[in-house]
Amino acid sequence: MSKTVTTEPKRADQKPAMKEPITGHQLPKWSWVLFLAIGIGIAAGLLTLMETFSFAGSIALGVLVFLLLGFIVSAAVEGFRPAKDRLARYVVTSFFLLALLPLGSLLYEVVTRGAARFDWTFFTETQGNTHLMGVELGAMHAIVGTLMITALAFIISVPIGLFTAIYLVEYGASTKLASGIRFLVDVMTGIPSIVAGLFAYSLFSLILGPGTRSGFAGAIALTVLMIPTVVRSTEEMLKLVPNELREASYALGVPKYRTILKVVLPTSLAGIVTGVILAIARIIGETAPLLVTAGYFQLLNANPFSGPTSTLPVMVYQSLRTHGPRAEEMQMLGWTGALTLILLVMGLNLIGRLIAWKFAPKPGR
Amino acid sequence: MAKRIEIKDLDIFYGKFQAVKGVDMTIEPRAVTAFIGSSGCGKSTVLRSLNRMHEVIDGAYVDGEVLLDGTNLYGPNVDPVRVRRQIGMVFQRPNPFPTMSIKENVLAGVRLNNARMSGSEMDELAEKSLRGANLWEEVKDRLDRPGSGLSGGQQQRLCIARAIAISPDVILMDEPCSALDPISTLAIEDLIKDLKEDYTVVIVTHNMQQAARVSDSTAFFNLKAQGQPGELIEYGSTEKIFHNPDQKATEDYITGRFG
Repeated sequence: MSKTVTTEPKRADQKPAMKEPITGHQLPKWSWVLFLAIGIGIAAGLLTLMETFSFAGSIALGVLVFLLLGFIVSAAVEGFRPAKDRLARYVVTSFFLLALLPLGSLLYEVVTRGAARFDWTFFTETQGNTHLMGVELGAMHAIVGTLMITALAFIISVPIGLFTAIYLVEYGASTKLASGIRFLVDVMTGIPSIVAGLFAYSLFSLILGPGTRSGFAGAIALTVLMIPTVVRSTEEMLKLVPNELREASYALGVPKYRTILKVVLPTSLAGIVTGVILAIARIIGETAPLLVTAGYFQLLNANPFSGPTSTLPVMVYQSLRTHGPRAEEMQMLGWTGALTLILLVMGLNLIGRLIAWKFAPKPGR
Repeated sequence: MAKRIEIKDLDIFYGKFQAVKGVDMTIEPRAVTAFIGSSGCGKSTVLRSLNRMHEVIDGAYVDGEVLLDGTNLYGPNVDPVRVRRQIGMVFQRPNPFPTMSIKENVLAGVRLNNARMSGSEMDELAEKSLRGANLWEEVKDRLDRPGSGLSGGQQQRLCIARAIAISPDVILMDEPCSALDPISTLAIEDLIKDLKEDYTVVIVTHNMQQAARVSDSTAFFNLKAQGQPGELIEYGSTEKIFHNPDQKATEDYITGRFG
C-alpha cells in the first residue's frame, strides 16, 4: 500500500506526451539495394578520383559507406532504435557474406581448374609415365588408395569408438575410469594430425624396420584421428536417448545388454550413423599423416600391407609441386584430384543426411 | 497369477540419503492397492522397490524384505531381471519405444527376451494384450504404424498392453493418469478395475478421487518433516481411510487441509 503512495506523485509529474506513438515513418523493404548501390557508387567514384580504382576496393569501401548511409538515413527517418537494428542487421549479413567469400572462391577455382581433366582416363589411368609424352595420365591409383585406407580406418575405429561410447554412457557413467577415458578422448580430439602420423610411422618403423611405408600404417594414423570423433558423437547421441525408454525395457524384464542392443542403439542409430560419416569426411582429406605413413607411389598399389600407396590428398600435393616435361599435365591432375576429394566429402555428407532422415524415429500418424 | 506381496521393515536409500523408513505392509492379490501422499514422500520409491527398479538409479539401494508369495525379492541368488518379468510396471509418462510399431511395442517384452514364437502366436498375443488394455478396437487397423503416433491416453494403454503381454503376476502403476485428460483417465480407471480380476495391482496416485474410485485398500505415506525419510502413516481399506481414518495426519490430507 505504502508503495503506491510514494510512487503516485512521480507519476503525476510525467507528461503523457512521453509515450511513443506506435506508428511512424518506415523505410521500404528494398531500401538496402539503394543504399548498397549508392555506397558502392560513392566508393568507386572516390577511388577513381584518387586514381587507385579497383573492383575489390570499391566493394570493400562501398560496404562501409553502405553501413554508414543506412544508419544515418534510417536514424533520420525511422528514429534511433530502428536505425541501430538496421545497422546490426546489415553488419551481420555483410559478415556472413564475407565468410562465404573464401568458400565460394575456393569452389569456383577448384571446379574451373579441375573440370578439364574430370574425364574417364582420370579414373582409369595412373601417373606411371610422367616422362613419356603421349601416354595418358590419371589418378586411379590415388582414388583406390584413398578408398582402401579410409575403409581400413573405418573398420578399425568404428567398433572401438562405438564400444567406448557405449561403455561411457551405459556402464561407466560417473565412475573414475569413465571420466579418465572422457578426458583422454578430449585430449585425442585435439591431437594435430601430423602427430598421429608420426605415431603410426614410428610404430611401424619399430616393428618392421625404419622407413617402412604402407597403406595400413596410414590407416592406423587415421584411426587415431577418427576414434575420438566417433566416441564423442556417439556418446552425445546415446545420452539423448531418454532414460524412460531404458526403464521401460528393464521393467519388461529385459536384460541390460539387450536393452542397449534393441532399444538404445536403434533409437539413436540415425545420429550415430551421421556422426560416423562426418568422422569419415573429416579424415578422408588428411594429408600430413598420410604423407608420412603411406607415402607416395605413382602406380597402383592395392596391397595395404606392403609398400607405399598414394592417396588423393597426397597425390594433389605431389602433383602440384612436380617439375619436368609433363609438369603442366600433372598440375591439372592435381586440381581434378582436389575436385574429386570435395565431391567425395560432399557425397558422404549427403549420404549421412539421407541415412539420418531414413533411420530417424518417425512421429507417425 | 496374482501373487501376494509382503513388505517387511523396508528402508530405501539414494546414496546416503534415506528416502523411506520402516515400511511394513501386505498387499493383497486380485485387488487394487493405492499409494497416496504428498510429493516427495516416497510412494513412488516404495513402488519402484517392489520390482527392483529402484536400484537402476546410481547409488540407490534397499534394506529390508519384499516377499512375493513368500520369496524374498532381495534375497541372495535373486535375479532382478527375472523379478521384473513377474512384476510389470507402467510409468507416469507414456513411454512406447519410438522405433517400434504398435504391434512391436506390445510384443516388445517377448521379442526383446528372445522368446521363440510363431507368427500366429504373436498375432494372438498382441490382440489379447491390446484387448486387455481396451485398445484393440482403436488400433486394430494400424498395428504396423509407429506407437508414438497415438494420443497420450492411447500410448499409456499401449504401455499397459505391453506390460500385461509378458503375463506378470503383479502390475505396478506409477501415477499412470497424471499426464492424461479426464476421458483417457476414465478409460484407464475402467481398465484398472478389469485388471484386478487377474492381477495384483498397485497404483501410486496424486488424485484422491481416483484412489477412492479404483482401489480396495489405500496406503497413506507422509514425511515427519522436510528432509526426513518418508513413512507409511496408515494403511487400511479405502473405505476406512477415506471415511474414518485413525490418524490425524491422514484425515488432514484426505480433507485437503494440507499437502
